[in-house]
Formats: sequence, C-alpha cells, structure tokens
Amino acid sequence: MADVSNEEILKGLGEIVEEVAGVAADDVSLEKSFVDDLDIDSLSMVEIAVQAEDKFGVKIPDDELANLKTVNDAVEYVSKNG
Amino acid sequence: MSTDIVITGLGATTPVGGDVDSTWAALLEGRSGVRTIEADWAERFDLPVRIAAPLAVEPTEVLPRVQARRMDRCEQIAIIVARQAWADAGFEMPTDEAHTVDPDRLGVAIGTGVGGPVTLLNQDDILETSGLRKVSPLTVPMLMPNGPAAHVGIDLKARAGVHSPASACASGAEGLAAGWRMIASGEADVVVAGGAEACIHQITVAGFAQSRTLSTRNDEPARASRPFDVDRDGFVLGEGAGALVLERGDHARARGARIYGRLAGVGITSDAYHITGNHPEGIGQINAISKALRTGELSTSDIGHLNAHATSTVVGDVGEAAAVRKAIGDHVVVTAPKGSLGHLVGGAGAVESIVTVLSLYNGVIPATSNLEQLDPKVELDVVAGEPRKVDLRAAVNDSFGFGGHNVALSFTTV
Repeated sequence: MADVSNEEILKGLGEIVEEVAGVAADDVSLEKSFVDDLDIDSLSMVEIAVQAEDKFGVKIPDDELANLKTVNDAVEYVSKNG
Repeated sequence: MSTDIVITGLGATTPVGGDVDSTWAALLEGRSGVRTIEADWAERFDLPVRIAAPLAVEPTEVLPRVQARRMDRCEQIAIIVARQAWADAGFEMPTDEAHTVDPDRLGVAIGTGVGGPVTLLNQDDILETSGLRKVSPLTVPMLMPNGPAAHVGIDLKARAGVHSPASACASGAEGLAAGWRMIASGEADVVVAGGAEACIHQITVAGFAQSRTLSTRNDEPARASRPFDVDRDGFVLGEGAGALVLERGDHARARGARIYGRLAGVGITSDAYHITGNHPEGIGQINAISKALRTGELSTSDIGHLNAHATSTVVGDVGEAAAVRKAIGDHVVVTAPKGSLGHLVGGAGAVESIVTVLSLYNGVIPATSNLEQLDPKVELDVVAGEPRKVDLRAAVNDSFGFGGHNVALSFTTV
C-alpha cells in the first residue's frame, strides 16, 4: 500500500479498534498485543479484521489473522499486502 | 431444605419506567406504556395491530456503547435490571480480586420467551444482502435464549449455576421458581432471578396478530390493554425485564440487608392439553396456585392479594378468574398490571412479582388500568380507579404461558 504510510494505517486501525472494542484509539500503539494488552477477544478480532479489509482494501485470511499478535504485526501486514 | 428465602434487591425496566421506582410510581398513577408503533412495517404489511408497549428508556442510553453492541436488546435489559437489583441489595459490583458474596454460592436464573430472534433476523438479512463476511461473529451468543442469563452470570461472576427457563409468558416467573429451588436445595445462598423480553418486531406482531390474541384498539393505545374489563379485546405486546435478588434468610440478616419480603413458595404445573389454549376447567392453574401455597406453608385465608396474569384476552382473563376463585376464594383483592405495562412476555412474571412484593411491602395495591366495567363473568374483587391501601400478610402472583405452563409464586411480608 504505497500511498498510505504506516502512521496512517496505525491511525485507521486505532479507529476500528475503538469502534469494535471500546479501546481508546490513542492506546492502540505498535508494541501492544491485541489479546494481552488491549483485552480483545477472538470474536472482536474477527470484526476488526473484516473492517480492516474494507478500510485498507486487503485480504486477511484466517491463518494470517492468527499471526497478527501485536498492532505492529497488523500494520506491517496491511502495509505489505495492501 | 431451607425455604426461608427472602427478597433483598429489585430491578426493572419497563414501558412505563427505566427502573423500579419510576415503574411503581407509574402503576400507582395508572399511566399506560402503550404507544402507536412508529416503525414503518405496521403500515407496510397492513397489520391489523398498530400498537405496542416499548421500553420507556432505551437500553443503549444506560449501557456503555461497546458493551451494548455485543448484546441483543434482550440481553442488554437483563444486564441492566440485574445490576439495579444487585446494587439495591447493597452489593458492590465484583472485581477479579473482590466479591461481596461467595461466587460459588451465587446463582442466576433469568428466563425469556424467545431470546434474540431480532438478532437472528437481522443477521440473516445481512447474510442475504452482504454475504458471509458481514455476518457478526457475535450472532449466536446474541440470539441464544440463555444469553440474557449467561451475560448476567458473567457480569456478577456467579458460579453456582446459570439457568434460563423458557416457558413463554411464564418464563420470568419460572426464573424466580428456579432461583427459589436453587436456594431451597442448598445449591446457592444468593440467586439473581427474573426474566427479560425484547421482541417487538414485524414478525412477532404479525404472528401474534394471526393467532388473534392482540388488541386492535389502535386508535386508543393507552386504553387498549384492559384486563378484566368487559370491552377487552386482546393483549398488547410489550418489552421489559425484571430481576430480584433472592437470598437465604439467615444470609441476608447476617449482613443486615433490607428485606422486602419472602418468596415463600412456588408452584409449577403443566396442562398437558393444548399448545396455546388453557385447560377449560383451569386444573393446571388451580393446582399451581395450590402448590405455591402448600410449599409456602400458607392457607387460602392467609392470601389477601392476587397479582393476576390477566393479559386482557377475552378467554384468558375469565378462565384465570375462575381458577383463582377455586384455588384461593373470592376474598382476595386482585390487580392486573398489564393494564399499564402491556404484556412483557418473558419479562412479565418477574416485573409483576416485583409489583406484588412492593404491594406487600408498601401496603398498597395499584389499580388495574382501564378497568371501567368489570366483566360480570369475573367474580372477583379487582382494584379499579384508585390504588387501594390494604394490610397484607401474603400474596400470590401467577403466570401462564403458551405450551400450558402454569407458575404461581407465593410471597409474604417478613
């Protein structure tokens, strides 16, 4: 996704996480783990992935989703595959 | 068996108020929660019924946004009333570190008639129009009928068992009966018990309308639900929930809790007769009431008040009146809250039990709204016009549901 910076992806991801899980977008920083730090369950991760697919025009198959442990993992994935 | 089971907390959200105090005040004033249906579907499908009794306070105004979006409306109101009852009982919300009661001795029993059919229908629409990706991963936990009870169990960290009785319009009363049994059998010290329903939707209104059980007094919504009145023509579909904290008597007294009254006994029977119609001789209803007196160690002369199921249908109200006369006698002072509330289906038995408890506690029985001329076939003393002050020792609340479910609960002062 050459025309979108990692900063913009992080901001967009933060908005999705806030909408779905109620975590303040500012708290969604690169080093955070979705499960351990942001307290997001597997059901919410599915919702976040679907919204991220729409927002960034990427495909996130289930086996890839399982590897996205931290916010940084997700930003990198979107950046590479968008 | 310990049957000294007391009530220490109350919670409700209804078509006339977002909590117990506002609901009770509205009942004393005789206000109606019945409204014209604003959604376009009543007109679009040319439904014969254009009225319903929606919640007075939207649950999304009460719950945090993210919590609300993960729950069906029925689950939302179950959580709301359980938290109200819990706080009313003087308990703090539990944390991972601290719980004001032993969680292994805390149970939940919240019934519902249909659970989350609106979620089911909405998600099916999404599947049809937008495909699999857009279907919520929360679809199943939102539609399942044990969802309201399960959410309350998680919220209050209750580990002694979570029950979700489904017996149509008797579900809320059966929730209380299940809670009573959990304490009586020694499985729990405290149970949050009641019922919830939120299913005002085109298909439920259409379905009930097709079964010819709903009022079509569309031009006078506030006068449509009129239990025991000679001009009644059916019930009004409502939504709402009620929860009561049931507690072993010595447990409540040891912590100095305010005690509203006792849930003295419960009686459950089944008609084994017809899927919607009541037994013509009311045997199941009579036996349920008798059983509630027997398990409560009460005699018919103890019972001064009956809070009736009376939904405002032509057949049902007369049948119930006859059963009450046979089971208790014609000395009971009767009221029917559905005149104000409409029919809260799985929430009805719980909310109406709260009304019964408050009638005992406050010594005043709300009038039956819209009872202008008593049906001569109802040979009972039904409160009409103004609330009646009475000195009561014991009362009965009865609830009946499609399927032939009969649940009666006996309450006493302490």
